[in-house]
Amino acid sequence: MVAHTTSTKNLSVTLRVWRQPAADQPGRFVEYAARDLNPNMSFLEMLDVVNDALEAKGEDPIAFAHDCREGICGTCSLVINGKPHGPHKGIASCQTYMRSFADGDVIVVEPYRAKPFPVIKDLISDRSAFDAIQQAGGFITVRSGSACDANAIPVPKDEADLAMDAAQCIGCGACVAACKNASAMLFVSAKVGHLGLLPQGQAERDSRVLAMVSKMDELGFGNCTNQYECSAACPKLISHDFIARMNRDYISASFRQAFKPKSNASGGGA
Amino acid sequence: MAILDSKIPSGPLADKWRKHKIDIKLVNPANKRKYHVVVVGAGLAGASAAASLADLGYQVTCIVFHDSPRRAHSIAAQGGINAAKNYQNDGDSVYRLFYDTIKGGDYRAREANVHRLAEVSVNIIDQCAALGVPFAREYGGLLANRSFGGAQVSRTFYARGQTGQQLLLGAYSSLSRCVGQGTVKLVTQHEMSDLVVVDGQAKGVITRDLVTGKLHRFAADAVILGTGGYGNVFNLSTYARGSNVTASWRAYKRGACFANPCFTQIHPTCIPVSGDYQSKLTLMSESLRNDGRIWVPKNKADVKKAPADIPEADRDYFLERIYPSFGNLAPRDVASRAAKRMCDEGRGVGETGLGVYLDFAEAIQRYGKQAAARANLHDVSAAKILELGEAAVAERYGNLFDIYKEITDESAYKQPMRIYPAVHYTMGGLWVDYNLMSNVPGLFVLGEANFSDHGANRLGASALMQGLADGFFVVPYTIGDYLASQKPGSRPSADRAEFAAAEANVDGLVKKLMAIKGKEPVAYYHKKLGKIMWNQCGMARTKEGLTQGIAEIQALKKEFWSNVNVPGSAENMNQALEKALRVADFIELGELMCRDALTREESCGGHFREEYQHPDGECLRDDVNFAHVAAWEFQGEDQVPLRNIEPLNYETVKMSVRSYK
Repeated sequence: MVAHTTSTKNLSVTLRVWRQPAADQPGRFVEYAARDLNPNMSFLEMLDVVNDALEAKGEDPIAFAHDCREGICGTCSLVINGKPHGPHKGIASCQTYMRSFADGDVIVVEPYRAKPFPVIKDLISDRSAFDAIQQAGGFITVRSGSACDANAIPVPKDEADLAMDAAQCIGCGACVAACKNASAMLFVSAKVGHLGLLPQGQAERDSRVLAMVSKMDELGFGNCTNQYECSAACPKLISHDFIARMNRDYISASFRQAFKPKSNASGGGA
Repeated sequence: MAILDSKIPSGPLADKWRKHKIDIKLVNPANKRKYHVVVVGAGLAGASAAASLADLGYQVTCIVFHDSPRRAHSIAAQGGINAAKNYQNDGDSVYRLFYDTIKGGDYRAREANVHRLAEVSVNIIDQCAALGVPFAREYGGLLANRSFGGAQVSRTFYARGQTGQQLLLGAYSSLSRCVGQGTVKLVTQHEMSDLVVVDGQAKGVITRDLVTGKLHRFAADAVILGTGGYGNVFNLSTYARGSNVTASWRAYKRGACFANPCFTQIHPTCIPVSGDYQSKLTLMSESLRNDGRIWVPKNKADVKKAPADIPEADRDYFLERIYPSFGNLAPRDVASRAAKRMCDEGRGVGETGLGVYLDFAEAIQRYGKQAAARANLHDVSAAKILELGEAAVAERYGNLFDIYKEITDESAYKQPMRIYPAVHYTMGGLWVDYNLMSNVPGLFVLGEANFSDHGANRLGASALMQGLADGFFVVPYTIGDYLASQKPGSRPSADRAEFAAAEANVDGLVKKLMAIKGKEPVAYYHKKLGKIMWNQCGMARTKEGLTQGIAEIQALKKEFWSNVNVPGSAENMNQALEKALRVADFIELGELMCRDALTREESCGGHFREEYQHPDGECLRDDVNFAHVAAWEFQGEDQVPLRNIEPLNYETVKMSVRSYK
């Protein structure tokens, strides 16, 4: 069943794709013709079709990252015509459809280019730096089975909603790819904002923001210079207001950390 | 012949889990750090298990094929998670959740496991709220609920239409904490390619590094699989493209029984197929059935008309008509089959006639009028009501409407969605006992990868519940019972012959695939397999069709192994090879599913055999001959597997005709 669309005429495009066999080898652009495409095809399905033809000929298919294909897992990470996740606002690469392109278009497809995200192969880059930032502090410490009744901690609806806005981050890294400084501030501030807005997140609020920012700097992400390319590229439209909120959190946490009285308890006991 | 001892504790149903926790053995804290547990997968089940075990003091290695544990497909679950909190004061209880789940599964699940699931469901919500999962709230700050199929209470907790994402990120945050603290070793981009069995017990895994192509050995005192379901055997499904059966299938080939493989869930509300190139079917959450009304035209002549041109009197709201007490919230298997029947009658809509309408016009009007009343607006224009109503619907389901728009280029605010059933979940999986241990001692299986809790049909919002129940609250207890029987420090070395043999087995498979150099890409075979499975082992099955399906799959397997083309090298990242290894396993699984469906000569839940139905088209179960679990045991390549049986003894609930009328 074909959906009713504004254009049902098939189209042909030329792809100019970044091919790089491995991290330590040089890459280059290679052109591929993609013909007679249904406009209701997703961009990734178009790449599937191109790849099936390459495989049938025994040629190495174009490596690209993808999984859920419904915009939630954060795996897909194409830079299409210079824009992370392509031409449309608020969607991931996998939700880009061929109806967004015109017959005869030349489409340039590249991987993310940022120092902390080295290219592994073709269009796939290594985003494990994001996991490292999470591991440094992106959590609330709760052992399994030690939680109190969920309704014992009321959360005002407005704050829960705002926390959810931040929590929607899919960890795709488009914010870094879009930023001329390769800054991860939007990603980090989304997690700091999500957990810091909730009453459950208060105990570790200071240590969290300090640890995550410190890890972010250590991994080579750049600084924020308030251009907001990050939020423009974000497939979940996460607001750069969270960056401002994180900066406030970071400054007050730094002061509190410096002047906080320290307990000299040494543990032990009978 | 495998020994299938379910190890269900004795005593009254409601006391079994409490009693079992007292009876099973413990490992003392100083010894816990001497045991090494390998967890494969980091979805809800894997991540929650890895973190919980690490916090207990075990050494844990967590292996995932994704580049990050946050990519696991639990992330895509939309609607919600059930729990018997009874926060709504609407008559919910542990027993009612248990009963709904047993009935929802058409009396083919284990009573004791399901009751335990309902008991721990309440702890899951507490745990996740404490982890900072931003569940939907009421204005007073307390947790909100909504309704899901197969239940007459509101017990589903949710975070907009992204509940799976938020729960997974909660479990991932716990796992990340443990990785950061050094208590879990995280291994990404490694596919589990074989299970290592030493002296009859699971003692490690072989993985293939997807970036370098190198094979690795991991020795362990116990192995946990949380590797998800196998719906991608159908090629087109709501699963992520990477979801696969390989870990479970290699365990099956090492002796673990595969239980009820034919129990597949077809979800009624998915966006219909649009073309041959299609790689993925997208779900429209069951939560939409809280407000959306499903209908087809009463008259065949109207199917090509625009929905707005079909007057109310000529519409058939068939779920409301056939199942008045559950209406649009009839369970998934029931709703899917009803939609199929309407389309088979020639009343389906859209170009191919494989679609039904999911209509929000009534909800938009209702919410619009409510909002106008709340805002104290009088003499409101119809346009204003529409505007307010659309805003209210957007608040509830906006992201789903957006997805629908992106895929179909249509606005579901202005015209009804068109939906059709699609493969969504698999209830079958590796056989496990009450401790979630397979018949291979030391191999534990959690979440969708096991078979135990959903019988022949899973109710909506119960998959997230089961994944987290298994990982947070079941396996941390039950694994101790097994490990206490293993001497601390007795873990076999990865240099042993069993590891070398398993590694050689994987290496052989890879070399064989690379050497074929045939004419067709892997996707060609996956599509072919999917078509066979959908036609012969899909929503309606027959003896003839399944027999033919087995023959077709056997022929497909021969063709695959002689004519597939896997280009490139096995010594670096090779996505074609990854797919080929997975599809090879799917082909074999497909045959087993057909065999299971063929031998189960009854209809139950998602398994519908046309020969066994009531006059009104509902499932005709055979409790005399088939009130059992069929657990298939591998007998060698191309040999017919052995069908073992675990009888299902219902001590509390009476097996009865499952009715939602």
